Amino acid sequence: MAERRIRHSPLAHLHLAARVVVDPGDAGARMSERPPRAQLAVRGDSGDKAFVAAFKAGLGFSPPLAANTVVTHDGLAVFWLGPSEWLLVGEVPGEQLAAALADRHHALVDVSDSRIAIGLSGPRARDVLAKLCPLDLAAPALAPGRCAGTILARGHMLLHVLAEDSYDIHVHRSFADYAWRMLEDAALEYGVAVIDGGG
Amino acid sequence: MAQPFRTAEGGRIDRSRSLAFTFDGREMRGHPGDTLASALLANGNRLVGRSFKYHRPRGLLAAGGEEPNGLVRLRRGGRAEPNVRATLAELYDGLTAESQNRWPSLNFDLGAVTGLATPLFPAGFYYKTFMWPPAWWPAYEGVIRRMAGLGRAPAAADPDRYDHRHDHCDVLVVGGGPAGLAAAQWAARTGARVILADEGSEFGGSLLSGNESLDGKPAMAWAERILAELAAAGNVHLLPRTTVSGYYDHNYLGMLERVADHLAEPADNQPRQRLWKVRAGQVVLATGALERPLVFADNDRPGVMLASAAQSYVNRYGVRPGDRAVLVGNNDSAYPAALDLAAAGVRVAALVDLRPEAHLDWLARLDEQGIEVMAGRAVTGVEGRDGVRGVRIAKLSDDGKGIVGGVGREVECDLLCMSGGWTPSLHLFSQSGGKLLWDEGLASFRPGEAVQAVRVVGAAAGRFDLTACLAAGAEAGNAAANDSGHRRRGRGPRRPTAEEMPPPLAARPMFLIPGGRGKRFVDFQEDVTAADLQLAVREGYRSVEHVKRYTTAGMGTDQGRTTNVNALGVVAQELDVSVPEVGHTTFRPPFSPVTFGALAGRQVGELLDPLRRTPMHGWHQANGAVFEPVGQWLRPYYYPAPGEDMQAAVNREVKAARHSLAVMDATTLGKIDIQGPDAAEFLNRVYTNGWKALKVGSCRYGLMLGEEGMVMDDGVTARLGEGHFHMTTTTGNAASVLAWLENWSQTEWPELRVYCNSCTEHWAVVSISGPNARKLMAELCDDVDLSPEAFPFMTWRQGTVAGLPARIFRVSFTGELSYEINVPAGCGLNLWQTVLAAGEKYGITPFGTEAMHVLRAEVGFIIVGQETDGTVTPLDLGMDWIVSRKKDFLGKRSLSRSDTARDDRPQLVGLLTEDPNLRVPEGAQLIPGSDPRPPVASQGHVTSSYESPNLGRTFAMGLLQGGGERHGEVVHVAFDGRAAPATVTAPRFFDPEGSRARG
Repeated sequence: MAERRIRHSPLAHLHLAARVVVDPGDAGARMSERPPRAQLAVRGDSGDKAFVAAFKAGLGFSPPLAANTVVTHDGLAVFWLGPSEWLLVGEVPGEQLAAALADRHHALVDVSDSRIAIGLSGPRARDVLAKLCPLDLAAPALAPGRCAGTILARGHMLLHVLAEDSYDIHVHRSFADYAWRMLEDAALEYGVAVIDGGG
Repeated sequence: MAQPFRTAEGGRIDRSRSLAFTFDGREMRGHPGDTLASALLANGNRLVGRSFKYHRPRGLLAAGGEEPNGLVRLRRGGRAEPNVRATLAELYDGLTAESQNRWPSLNFDLGAVTGLATPLFPAGFYYKTFMWPPAWWPAYEGVIRRMAGLGRAPAAADPDRYDHRHDHCDVLVVGGGPAGLAAAQWAARTGARVILADEGSEFGGSLLSGNESLDGKPAMAWAERILAELAAAGNVHLLPRTTVSGYYDHNYLGMLERVADHLAEPADNQPRQRLWKVRAGQVVLATGALERPLVFADNDRPGVMLASAAQSYVNRYGVRPGDRAVLVGNNDSAYPAALDLAAAGVRVAALVDLRPEAHLDWLARLDEQGIEVMAGRAVTGVEGRDGVRGVRIAKLSDDGKGIVGGVGREVECDLLCMSGGWTPSLHLFSQSGGKLLWDEGLASFRPGEAVQAVRVVGAAAGRFDLTACLAAGAEAGNAAANDSGHRRRGRGPRRPTAEEMPPPLAARPMFLIPGGRGKRFVDFQEDVTAADLQLAVREGYRSVEHVKRYTTAGMGTDQGRTTNVNALGVVAQELDVSVPEVGHTTFRPPFSPVTFGALAGRQVGELLDPLRRTPMHGWHQANGAVFEPVGQWLRPYYYPAPGEDMQAAVNREVKAARHSLAVMDATTLGKIDIQGPDAAEFLNRVYTNGWKALKVGSCRYGLMLGEEGMVMDDGVTARLGEGHFHMTTTTGNAASVLAWLENWSQTEWPELRVYCNSCTEHWAVVSISGPNARKLMAELCDDVDLSPEAFPFMTWRQGTVAGLPARIFRVSFTGELSYEINVPAGCGLNLWQTVLAAGEKYGITPFGTEAMHVLRAEVGFIIVGQETDGTVTPLDLGMDWIVSRKKDFLGKRSLSRSDTARDDRPQLVGLLTEDPNLRVPEGAQLIPGSDPRPPVASQGHVTSSYESPNLGRTFAMGLLQGGGERHGEVVHVAFDGRAAPATVTAPRFFDPEGSRARG
């Protein structure tokens, strides 16, 4: 049988497409559902130079090795999640990595359907997030281009700071409905516009 | 509109606008800038409530947050809020408030008869009175609750929104009075991130109520200039109407912002209140000081108030709290208050100074106004029940413990202002762990050694000189910013100088004023008198913590702000020791009441907790599933057809699985990808059975134990490759099992090369079960040989199902031929719908968790958390077959402990009631005899109980003492006062050979 993949978004029941506006007006917060992207969990010992070298060879660039950092390159974002853990999102070079890492102890796990990303931006985006996340969002550790695995209300998120007032919030699929509702409820005070999440 | 007690001019109110409000239905008017308290006084309404225990008429004692009497029910319906302090409730047009604690009305209150029966209500009366018999305790509770207690909670749902907000700053300044403003200004000048929070609607603190000047100009002009500077600075967050209510470890503070409490109702989507959780690098406490009442006879009559409160009413609110005043004090504070009252048009009849000599400089100023000063005297009694009509003034003995020269003279007045000295507000400092030191001169505590990064300045530090307070604030703000890594460039702001005040004359500490026969109240809100405290001491209480609990002094919603020091003084006097020897009670959060709405925030209704949804959730909803929470997941419990009850639906679902085909959404199962050369060895250690010999392509059931040898989790794990496994866990334990594996891998066995990754969310799982399962699979999958020989039970295959890349596991939790089809989660709904469409010819039936439970119990499979409760070993479950004797594994040693090895432990058995239609409740006790009346020893309990359409009867499982050797015996299931006989069997009821799943 031929492969027939029809993907359903975990936010489909919210009918967000029907709410998308072109001009967010004076809404303090803009929210969007990001398109699904391939995701790969990578495990290996960042203290093992040979592993890091192989990882770099597989990626074609150096992986992030410091806490809260992300390296973005040609449609691929590599998130540092821990000393032995990374998440690749986007144009994942799966086979290339598997080949490069073959001789080192590692794990590659396709988790493409694990998470979705919600975009949050606008002049009050940080205020919205500060209602749900205990981290200091103004800290240098969370400057644009940084990331953090942290709390979103009573769930978990991988927070990616895209710019001063713009975030991608990666949440597990089963929590997507909760995360969206929480964010939208927190943003109501400032006005919410649903915008296109990009293609 | 007539506001007979409104001054002709002055005050921080907007006289150009008039606001209507009602109190107990009476319509009155006030102005913007008023509080409910000041507006009530302006209208001549002095009676605001009835007291807690004796239902005595009460008026306003204070003008700020320390108010113990003026607690009202504000607003109506779902927005009604009890116990609101009238002194903090800002007036808005249309405000409605009601008095509390009175019946039938405030002016005529039946409860006040308890005041006549005072001897029945001594300290700790409820410990003494409501004792026996125990059966009457619930009735006593009802009586106590009706008689005592503060306001009523509203019955209707609150329509408003409540918000939570996290924040971080370098310097948090608590209190926006002169010291706090100076601290914030100096800290802000360094560029540090500053938060300035104040309980009031306006910043300025004591300056709002006084009439001091700075550099020759009104002090509030200085304050307004600082506020403008702070508001314009990008690094300062000003939070008025915000009470810091809790100071926790690591400079973590909780604050309640009353965002919209001053409005009739919040604007659209505006929260009513916001709870702030702030992590501060440094804290500056400029929390001020509170004036203490004096403890004399009938000191609670309406019209008796703190001198500083009276000053606040005339200066800030433009309200005369009375027509004719007497002031009494043991320190200088009453003197300027007398002058302010006189300036506002209040006739001041006399100032009574407890000290042997009056303050001469102040005396001269009062003389100019024709105010009589009486030194060495005290107010020993108050005339008037519903309001002060006069006071009795008598001469104090030299030691202050008695009255000399007769009962003294009576002076007519309708207002008595008192000042018993000042208590620095150190609740937050004490919560932070800071030590308090007794200051003899202040007759109060002042801040001692700090434990966290906190500084105390201004009146809170026991300083009352304005110039000094400003200087201390500036220095603390600057130092706090420096300590958080911020330095000012250039010179600091100019420090203003206050006008010279007469030098202070030492106060005369006096915690109990002699003379008079009336009650002398120490705690107004809790209705605790000096006599109650003395009685507690006489009855043997020595620790101040015990005295507090016994008398309830300081335990009201006001946290004893006006009470604590006086109470300590009275107790010390009775014990004949010094106050520091008595010590002080512990201050605990919250400093000020925090509403439940604010604590809950937006975690209400559907947002109470995450509700995890599988990709097929929408289908389940659309098809009438009844859901059951499992962990945070919502799982279909059963799918009732129109007209079906739960049992009928479950029976139908169970029959479909046994006779044709049923399908379940098993997405919620925990899934962990385990990779590495040592993965098999790793599993060998965490599971009780052996894993090294498992072939690639095969699956095995595994049981995990905690270190104590008790069953922790179970599930089927498949070998995907030589060093690659796919583990499944129970739905509820997915996260804790991963944490358990990581813990062992990272901290105990770092030598094992293995990585564990959760992939629960990546896979959607559709589990088909029933005799027709293979036929259906054959229609959906053409790249896997499905024959029993090629794809036997307990193996897995990679294939394409319904056009989707899938991992197919031939495992079974129902005891039927089953396939668990895993596809990427985004395709889960797609697969589900395809399976249902293709299975229609077999009458495919979706089944929920309840049918799954029946099916698995019929074939004797346990559920971790149902048959087990953390005290059950695999041997107790009769699962010796899965416990390896050859290798080591987590929990193994514990299985040989004498207690876990004994043979009379509760063991899993089947139970068949004599009456085949009787379904016993889960949790019911198993007893040996047929008499269920207690006392009767329990021999175990029922863990699972169902009706089985396949067996044509009910059946149950349970844990029974030594049950493994008792098959065939009859025991009794005790419930609802009866004992139902049941035969003990093996815990397997259907298909004992297990041939159906293998087929």
